[in-house]
Amino acid sequence: MTAVLESSGLGKRYRQRWALRDCTLSVPSGHVVGLVGPNGAGKTTLLSLAVGLLQPTTGSVEIAGDRPASSSAQLAKVGFVAQDTPTYSGLSVADHLRLGRHMNPGWDAKLAERRISQLGLDPAQKAGKLSGGQRAQLALTLAIAKRPAVLILDEPIASLDPLARREFLQILMEVTAEQELSVVMSSHLVSDLERVCDYMIVLVASRVQVADEVDELLNTHRQVTGPRTDLSALPADWQVISASHTDRQSTMLVCTPVPVTDPAWTADPIGLEDLVLSYMSKAVRPSPDSSPALEAQR
Amino acid sequence: MMWLTWRQFRAQGIVAAALAVALGVVLLITGLNLAHLNSDSGVATCHGARACATAANAFINQLPGTGSVPVFFGTIAVIYLAPALMGIFWGAPLVARELETGTFRLAWNQSVSRARWLVVKLGVVGLAAMATAGLLSLFLGWWESPIFRAAALAGSDSAAVTRISPQLFGAQGIAPIGYAAFAFALGVTAGALIRRTIPAMAVTLAAFGLVQAAWPLWIRSHLITPLREYFAITPANVNELAIINNTQMIVRHDVEKPGAWVVSDQTVSPSGHLFSGPPTHACLSANASPNACNASIAALHLRALISYEPASRFWPLQWTETGIFVVLAMALAAFCAWRIGKRRLA
Repeated sequence: MTAVLESSGLGKRYRQRWALRDCTLSVPSGHVVGLVGPNGAGKTTLLSLAVGLLQPTTGSVEIAGDRPASSSAQLAKVGFVAQDTPTYSGLSVADHLRLGRHMNPGWDAKLAERRISQLGLDPAQKAGKLSGGQRAQLALTLAIAKRPAVLILDEPIASLDPLARREFLQILMEVTAEQELSVVMSSHLVSDLERVCDYMIVLVASRVQVADEVDELLNTHRQVTGPRTDLSALPADWQVISASHTDRQSTMLVCTPVPVTDPAWTADPIGLEDLVLSYMSKAVRPSPDSSPALEAQR
Repeated sequence: MMWLTWRQFRAQGIVAAALAVALGVVLLITGLNLAHLNSDSGVATCHGARACATAANAFINQLPGTGSVPVFFGTIAVIYLAPALMGIFWGAPLVARELETGTFRLAWNQSVSRARWLVVKLGVVGLAAMATAGLLSLFLGWWESPIFRAAALAGSDSAAVTRISPQLFGAQGIAPIGYAAFAFALGVTAGALIRRTIPAMAVTLAAFGLVQAAWPLWIRSHLITPLREYFAITPANVNELAIINNTQMIVRHDVEKPGAWVVSDQTVSPSGHLFSGPPTHACLSANASPNACNASIAALHLRALISYEPASRFWPLQWTETGIFVVLAMALAAFCAWRIGKRRLA
């Protein structure tokens, strides 16, 4: 399976501040990838680098097998819905479809028109008069009707109400099933991504904390409870993501390739949201020994 | 890409075309009227310098009654303003509005490279700006041609009205095309750098206004080295005589050079130095006669030194100036392409 998004040592610095650093990823194609992290973690920076709107400060990134935006053929392979789903407010819905037709050789006019009529959008309506949800749908239509191999969505549903959110995700699912495309979408809410993603990248404080298939993540991570123990006394193949202690008990999120067999410990499966939140709080907690664990995680 | 460019430019293009057509109609009506007057006055068919001067003067004297004067200066004002307006309203928003509203993220992720996006945008809108300026200048050139032809025949009085004079030069010939290209590229560049439409518009206006004001004052006369010519100053042709603080004396003879643009006009001593005094005794003393003062001035053998661009240099100057502005515009466009290609805009 080829990689749809591949980066090595990718970093982006704005003056003094690193928005993204040391990002090495290899995301296989055919997944719906969730990029999750708190606001300001560097999600938009990573996606902008991936579509070629930004130039990396360090490292390199490839999408769909080539440097982002390196040619019009390469641009045709990547559909992008930017944050806040920008559209031309003075242009009508039909104008946007015309724009798509004139600017994309692989434009699927039938698909675009069918989507617009399914959504119940008036083609004569100016994009500036659409609701946030309708605008997001229009931007999504533009991005999928160019028939890309990869679809990149940057916080597409952040500004939508719950109903529009569900609708948007549902349509996204239909489209990915129909077209066999890979999707990378970012959100600061795990709950948004949980339902649709089968691959997860957790990005916190400008660094990738963990990136893997959701099933794999759920298989290897366990909530482990047992007698109060010093962290250094734990088995060597345990990676402790988070730990909390009471006087007599220790509760930890542990990443381990082998099942927990020691009867002193009870191991329970953990939900995706808790797992992601543990990684998030681990990254923001100042802890001197966190770096080696991070390296090992990748 | 063509389609999007046209779709985004359409409204502005139609407004500009409508204004140009309206001005064209005014020029057509008054211009036909002028052509009639011109042929009625016999300027076109006259023989001999004297007869032609009479006919030309008759024609020129009729002009104020026809309302041609406000049309003439109005059109010149429009031609001077048009490049600035196109820089402000077509150039400045071209990139700035995309950046301001975030739509560049939509536009630059279609299957059209960013370089091509910019080239088509700059090409289509820039050429439209140049064509508009060129057409306006062409209209005016046709309209005013009887006046300049008559002025050349009418003798020294009217010959002061010449197309090479700094007030008129920039609204004549092909120069407006160069200004339009430059103002447009300046607007685009300001927009790409400032990233906000309104400030970019203000900067465009200020910068282009500065260039347009500074150019005829300090730069145009250096494009082709002016000719120099000396004229003897005699008491009979002194236009201005003044004594300042009993230490300085101004003696000036304003040289008339029909059809030419007189860049500078200085009074020099026989040794070639700029003359500014001291005053002669005959002119200083309270009881000296005017004749004695005049004789003392004649004895100084002062000369007027003028540097000027003759009428024949109209087209060489036009080509040089237009060429410079077009090259500047292309340099700005290249800068924009580099700037946008660097992808620091997201």
